Amino acid sequence: MSLVYPTQSLSVYPKHLSPGYKSTIKRSPSKPLIPMPHTISELTGPVYGHDAIQENDNDLTRQHAAEPLGERIIVHGHILDEDKRPVPDALVELWQANACGRYVHIVDQHPAPLDPNFTGAGRTVTDKAGYYRFVTIKPGAYPWGNHYNAWRPNHIHFSVFGHSFLSRLVTQMYFPGDPLFPFDPIFNSVTDEKARNRMIASFDLENTVPNWALCYRFDIVLRGREKTPEDMD
Amino acid sequence: MSELTPSQTVGPYYAYGLTPEGRKRWKPGDHYKWKETVGDNLVTPDAAGERIRIEGVIYDGDGKPITDAMLEIWQADAQGRYADPRNGAALPNTSFRGFGRSATDDNGMFAFDTIKPGPVPGPGGRMQAPHIVVCIFSRGMLRQLYTRLYFADEAANAADPILSLVPADRRATLIARRETQNGKPLYRFDIRVQGEGETVFFEI
Ligand SMILES: [Fe+3]
Repeated sequence: MSLVYPTQSLSVYPKHLSPGYKSTIKRSPSKPLIPMPHTISELTGPVYGHDAIQENDNDLTRQHAAEPLGERIIVHGHILDEDKRPVPDALVELWQANACGRYVHIVDQHPAPLDPNFTGAGRTVTDKAGYYRFVTIKPGAYPWGNHYNAWRPNHIHFSVFGHSFLSRLVTQMYFPGDPLFPFDPIFNSVTDEKARNRMIASFDLENTVPNWALCYRFDIVLRGREKTPEDMD
Repeated sequence: MSELTPSQTVGPYYAYGLTPEGRKRWKPGDHYKWKETVGDNLVTPDAAGERIRIEGVIYDGDGKPITDAMLEIWQADAQGRYADPRNGAALPNTSFRGFGRSATDDNGMFAFDTIKPGPVPGPGGRMQAPHIVVCIFSRGMLRQLYTRLYFADEAANAADPILSLVPADRRATLIARRETQNGKPLYRFDIRVQGEGETVFFEI
């Protein structure tokens, strides 16, 4: 399969400089990026040790002696390309705060409790249909120092690989109906409303497991579409 | 408008999810452990080629080291072969994969142990000088930055089709200096995200 990666598709991504999110001010290039043709170096993509992935890596509620506190949820979906074809064998990694909005990371000083039964990291590989599934707990909102009374909406961080190094994506999954959406400069750095809404998982009653866990669906669309004759040089 | 899922920042807390065994600013303690899929040592015992180390510091627009960045590199083996089975070209005949990930430490430094890549084909049938594709993630970066690392001791740099797209006075930002550390070759590759000596980043 031969894919192309039109840079126009990236128009829905946030700008490198989005001053509402203060850390972008000193961490964005001031000179224009230099356009370049895609070579074999960009069009090929990483391979990783699938054999390193263990049974409970995708179940964040079963990585310790007991279950973590919080609302157990299932998060699942498909990894797709721009033609909506599944991306099989893709490494999907996620990390998140615990139910109280606290990360185990040493830098996180939010005065909310850590949960000895929750690390908050998971990973899996998509199947032939591009499907992935995690069991975790719903992360809490947490404060941050961007501006007065700044709180991040509940979110799960995702890292995904696609067909090439160009389709590499790090994003965040949000939950429907979060009251913090209008106030979050990271969420709103995506200025197109439709594109922004694609970062919000949908509540999935059909796959909710009775008496056990609510389910959310989060499909992820990566760069890459089929080459057409017009793309040939 | 495309249908892509937009990019968001990796934030400050990715380490325990993405670089738990590598350079990191958190202590794993008795947390759930897993086997490393991606680390900062790419060398496999069976891989031919020159063993090298790459080190660098990444700086923000104030010249301060960025202590919570993550770098990923993707490269060919010493014979110029990428380990991507979806690619029609020849694959490496070793277990070398060419993909690495490093978090910066408290001094903003990243490091990789790898093999010096060979030249690979480029646009219009021209060869590309040996290089490594570098992808940078960090708090304050809503999307990743792509750059390339070239090697100072390569005459082929002069004819490289991608380097030639870069204004001559900025090319040096993409060229790693060769040094020796403990008797082994070290390439130093500092990255300046913004301001004086700003590293060239590519729109790809
Ligand atoms: Fe977060």
